Amino acid sequence: MHETPDTSTTATAEAGGSGGIELINVTKRFPGQKTPAVDDITMTIPSGEIVVLLGPSGSGKTTTMRLINRLIEPTAGTIIVAGQNALDIDPNELRRHIGYVIQNAGLFPHMTVGTNIGLVPQMLGWDKKRIADRTDELLRLVDLDPATYRDRYPRELSGGQQQRVGVARALAADPPAMLMDEPFGALDPITRERLQDELLQLQEELGKTIVFVTHDVDEALKLGDRIAILGQGSRIAQYATPQEILLNPADEYVEQFLGGGQAMKLLKFSRVADVPLDEIPEVRAGEDAAAVRARIEESDNGSFGIVLDEARRPLRWITLDDLDGVTGPVGERGDATAAPIRARITLQQALEALIQIEQDWVPVVGPRNVYRGTVTLATLQNAIKDMKERTRRRTARP
Amino acid sequence: MNFWEYLADRRELLTFEAWQHASMVFQCVLAALVIGLLIGVAVYRSPRAAALATGTAGVIFTIPALALLGLLITPLGLGVAPSVVALTLYSLLPILRNTIVGLNGVDPALVDAARGIGMSRRMILLRVQLPLAWPVVLTGVRVATQLAMGIGAIAAYASGPGLGEQIFSGLARLGGANAVNMTLAGTLGVILLALLFDACYLLIGRLTTPRGIRA
Repeated sequence: MHETPDTSTTATAEAGGSGGIELINVTKRFPGQKTPAVDDITMTIPSGEIVVLLGPSGSGKTTTMRLINRLIEPTAGTIIVAGQNALDIDPNELRRHIGYVIQNAGLFPHMTVGTNIGLVPQMLGWDKKRIADRTDELLRLVDLDPATYRDRYPRELSGGQQQRVGVARALAADPPAMLMDEPFGALDPITRERLQDELLQLQEELGKTIVFVTHDVDEALKLGDRIAILGQGSRIAQYATPQEILLNPADEYVEQFLGGGQAMKLLKFSRVADVPLDEIPEVRAGEDAAAVRARIEESDNGSFGIVLDEARRPLRWITLDDLDGVTGPVGERGDATAAPIRARITLQQALEALIQIEQDWVPVVGPRNVYRGTVTLATLQNAIKDMKERTRRRTARP
Repeated sequence: MNFWEYLADRRELLTFEAWQHASMVFQCVLAALVIGLLIGVAVYRSPRAAALATGTAGVIFTIPALALLGLLITPLGLGVAPSVVALTLYSLLPILRNTIVGLNGVDPALVDAARGIGMSRRMILLRVQLPLAWPVVLTGVRVATQLAMGIGAIAAYASGPGLGEQIFSGLARLGGANAVNMTLAGTLGVILLALLFDACYLLIGRLTTPRGIRA
């Protein structure tokens, strides 16, 4: 086994923050069935993470998810949502505070897009003005122009647009957690890919606790901060990060389910955020040039730094040459950086971006374009080498 | 007296009878709609209860109109009461059946979505299921109205109100003066009313069906 704690097959992560979900010894037995649909599951879904329930049909992944908002009542066990015992709350009240997205969006065809989105706020007793404002805000958030789409009916929208509205409806009352039941399953591959990317981008901004059910391995690897692979009878075969699952499948069942090609999958599904980035001196335009020069000289690369604005967004590279003989503040000196790449994108995408960009160094940004570090082809090469090393070590294991 | 002279001569009586006919049909169908919706909502989820309800309504439906009126005269006497009860009972079947079919025809995924976002049972019924089932229910109401128009004419047998009086009187004195005129006036009047009502339903259908689910 590897040194990272994530490899254990039961949930060990901390449910930090406010929106975490905990299932404790939860069992669901449907009347008239011999084997339980969900058998004594214990797992912690950390606040602000996307946890994917992955498994073949009949593995109880949807049942497990539906236990969380009590669309299915558990036979035994405890469910904690955002610090509260879900079984103590009125189910309707509970559900109004957990977003719910299903396949084909499940929009009400006789209501306009705006009405659909405003349903939960309406139930929560918001006034009309606030609901209207929130509806428009959400439409913009999911990339639909409010003026164009607010008063349309669901059937006038494409499948992808409908599912965007479905997500907006789930987010309407700003719930801490969101349940998504194969939301992109019925979409064509191109639309699905685009919506997955949009979900990741949204999540970067919103940081919801998301439980995502799918049977698609690639989707799980792409979206999940953590993946719970469920086997028959809702046994959790492995609960870990995508990387760990690819590097250290817990058993043969998991390995079989992943279906080989792990090395390429690693490239395809590891994110830039997962690899160690290069650190270079961070500089503000107002800083004294001489001090900056000294800091750059002391740094690892010894020749340049990056200028950030007030919100820590990358602006320009600044080299020792730029600062030669300069006194006073750094100011506007230096060359503009290339378009930054996002920490959320995959190594594969990052490789492609790096090959196409003229500069060797590219800044990496997180939410709201905040600077996270710098990346070069060599950084990625090292990361890949490191991963290969770890895979080799694993396969060499007796 | 030819037909037109007859119409002109009896203008007031005919208008009054036509109005009574229309009013009776309208009120009976309305009552059947309320009862049908209540029963439909109560039974649609259980296949057995639904079968029992439509079965019962079906049995009532198969009783010949004259026989039902005759049977109702005993407890209710002559006049408006047996006519209204009979018409309401006949109108019930198409409305009840379409209510059940309409409610069961609502996509289960939508009901699941409604539950999932925290709607109560009542809200799901009022805001999702009934609006979506409404076009089907309305079709039932339309069929019930056509039915009640015809059967309403027979209500005259129990001395009920409406244009049936013309038809029955005409038939009773066949060969006598104005017999054909009376029957013709009654029959054409019923047809005219039926067409008028149907036109109204088209309009009601357009006005009450949300744009998102209009065909």
